[in-house]
Amino acid sequence: MHISPPHIHGGDSIGAHMSAVMLALLPATLMSVWLFGWLAVFLLTTCIISCMLTEVLCLRWMGKPRLAVWDGSAALTGLFLALILPATAPWWAAIIASIFAIALGKQAFGGLGYNPFNPALSARIVLLISFPLYMTAWLIPWSGIANVYLDIHSFSACMQIFLYGIPSINYDALTMATPLGHVQTSWTQGIGFSAAMQNYPYSTMQAFLGFESGSLGETSALALLIGGGYLLWRGIISWHIPISCLLSVIVLATIFHYGVDSEHFAPPLFHLFAGGLVLCAFFMATDPVTSPVTPMGKIVFGIGCGILIWVIRTWGTYPEGAMFAVVLMNCATPLLDRYLRPKVYGT
Amino acid sequence: MLRKFIKKFRPHGFAGGILPPQKKRTATSAIRCLPLSALYIVPIKQHIGMSCQPIVSVGDYVLRGQKIAKAPALITASIHAPTSGKVIKIEEHAVPHPSGLGMLCIFIETDGDDTADESLSPLSNYHELDPAIIRERVRVCGLAGLGGALFPSHVKLLPNRQHPIDTLILNGVECESWLTCDHRLMLEKAEAIIIGADIIMYAIKAKKCIIAVEDNKVDAIAHLQQVLQTQQKIITNKIAVQSLPTRYPQGSEKQLITALTGKQSPRGGLPSHVGIVLHNVGTAKAVHDAVLLGQPLIERVTTISGMQTPKPGNSLVRIGTPLKFIFKHHGLDDLTGLRIIHGGPMMGEILPILDVPLIKGSNGLLAMSDADIAALGQSEQACIRCGLCSQACPIKLVPNELAHHCRHDHLEEAQEFNLFDCIECGCCAYVCPSHIPLVQWFRYGKGQAASVRKEREFSDASRQRTHARDQRLAIEVEQKAAKRRAVRSKAAQKKDEEA
Repeated sequence: MHISPPHIHGGDSIGAHMSAVMLALLPATLMSVWLFGWLAVFLLTTCIISCMLTEVLCLRWMGKPRLAVWDGSAALTGLFLALILPATAPWWAAIIASIFAIALGKQAFGGLGYNPFNPALSARIVLLISFPLYMTAWLIPWSGIANVYLDIHSFSACMQIFLYGIPSINYDALTMATPLGHVQTSWTQGIGFSAAMQNYPYSTMQAFLGFESGSLGETSALALLIGGGYLLWRGIISWHIPISCLLSVIVLATIFHYGVDSEHFAPPLFHLFAGGLVLCAFFMATDPVTSPVTPMGKIVFGIGCGILIWVIRTWGTYPEGAMFAVVLMNCATPLLDRYLRPKVYGT
Repeated sequence: MLRKFIKKFRPHGFAGGILPPQKKRTATSAIRCLPLSALYIVPIKQHIGMSCQPIVSVGDYVLRGQKIAKAPALITASIHAPTSGKVIKIEEHAVPHPSGLGMLCIFIETDGDDTADESLSPLSNYHELDPAIIRERVRVCGLAGLGGALFPSHVKLLPNRQHPIDTLILNGVECESWLTCDHRLMLEKAEAIIIGADIIMYAIKAKKCIIAVEDNKVDAIAHLQQVLQTQQKIITNKIAVQSLPTRYPQGSEKQLITALTGKQSPRGGLPSHVGIVLHNVGTAKAVHDAVLLGQPLIERVTTISGMQTPKPGNSLVRIGTPLKFIFKHHGLDDLTGLRIIHGGPMMGEILPILDVPLIKGSNGLLAMSDADIAALGQSEQACIRCGLCSQACPIKLVPNELAHHCRHDHLEEAQEFNLFDCIECGCCAYVCPSHIPLVQWFRYGKGQAASVRKEREFSDASRQRTHARDQRLAIEVEQKAAKRRAVRSKAAQKKDEEA
């Protein structure tokens, strides 16, 4: 048997990449447990285990070695999925999303490396469109910004929500709109940005640290930036996508808020720390399988994500602009890869 | 435009590349001369180009350095006897090639005297000679690129009116792990290398020379600079030593040109198109030996190392020495179960047959066990499109797309993605987390594309011949018909006249 050179290897592996991303998500995961207690624990466990079980079943059905589930990609999808679900998501939503993400979002296309769309994001979109009530109830996090809280440290109280969903309790007092959602509702009612923020518990520092309502992992920009910085330092992701995505949003928001109409366009820092922008910029858009390989392709991809996020948030009805934007740009990845190749030596 | 602006202020470097563990264990081992072997097996083709033709027959007595195979064409390097002795047979034998195929070899049984052939006289006044004489001497001595590529050196000394040469670059970079033969040459034979550079500069009328050395060879850089100082009176003072950051493949021709001058040799073109000629430092020393000592290329410095060699070192080995003899003198008697890499670990080949001789391009022999070879321990997984291969590629290709196209026989797309620009350095496969054998796919793709092209040329030629034949036949038929018409009309005319 001929063994082709090179005969040495750098030691990298798929497992190493997956572990690095999971480690980078650790700050955000810990923050989610702090803010949402047992609910976060239930969702994290259910999503990760369901994703791995689905992967085992799919691999068995496809006749592939089942040991491949230990490469870490299914567990990582489960972790992502849990972090973008609202804390009040019931058990069946978590399981449906996991099955969809792995079976239809990844394995149906051929397994690891073949899916065109980000599996966790596409599963989340399916949930949002199919079960909007359950997916738009945002629990007030354990943060000191309200007077009444759900007791997230009580196993039984959290288990009731996990099993029966948020409609089973009196949730008006325990939920609040996310900052983005609140601003968008106010805009439809003709209320400007500054008026809307007056009777809403929000400060930029609170938003940066993560004390705002939102999905499990997206609230704390600080925790996510620490994780993103770690990935950049390790070389697992490159700076092109996160920086171009964040910069596009900041530039657009600055131009429109300060230049056009400060009441009907949100300021740049608000956009930066609201919703899933930082999570998507550093973790979702940089998913290697669904994003371009070439540097210029990555920059255009990042700019496209940023523009779409800002547009959907400003003029669209869905507050979750980031996940739609990334999935839309995933469609463009093959095109960007084909036409934005680097200049070959000597040409 | 922004890119051009940035290029002005950034120091020259090259894109991509990797930094593997250096493993330069033999960097402090001085060059040893191996004793004479009882038998020398000399293959007749140790260069790029046509095979040589043997000019000795079985039973002939040859001297050391005597020409035993002549070069039949321009791009060839003749073969010389490594020592004095008797030619006992000329037949097919295995050579160090990964295919395991053999070629015609001249077997010389040593007589132990090592008598030299003194027919070539030293040309000590080379500065007064016509460069054509220097080129002829280099050609007659059978010099080929000793960095491993084995391109006949005299061809690189030919004048080129279209592309005048500005700079000679001597490649002392030695970017492959484990290999230290060029390092030791620069430390022990610096004068010969510098004089060789001067000879080459004179022959190609270059204006300056840069000796490129990686910065992991600090002692070699210092020694070369010291020798240059003392040689200033004797040689022209246009030679400089340039230290380059250690990175693989810094020693690759294209990357070295870019790192030193910022220019890029054109796609499908040669370095001479940007006014540059490259030679290995070993080749420069061989030029010195050929011109000033009248010595043909019959020996070279080889690094014998690897994880499994008990006494690694750098040895001056005669061409044609059997590999097992070389390893025995480095403490390795039994080679069973070992994998011998011919060259460096990134681009060298594992030899399937170990009963082979050393050739002109053998710059390293590494003895490894199965556990030391990366590919034997890992299985290939799916590509996760991480892009690390594209970041590492010094030619700025997109290896994951290329490998995909080669694997699925999309040869047109693969060539569109610049398959034939790949230099097979192996950086992409080194960094791939999925352990995909990328270089193997590119070689497969190149082979397939070449054979498809050959078939197409053959069928095109056949079609042209058939078309030409049809035309010719049609013309013949038409001519015959015209003749018949002429004869008939003549006969009819005659009838009319008679009537």
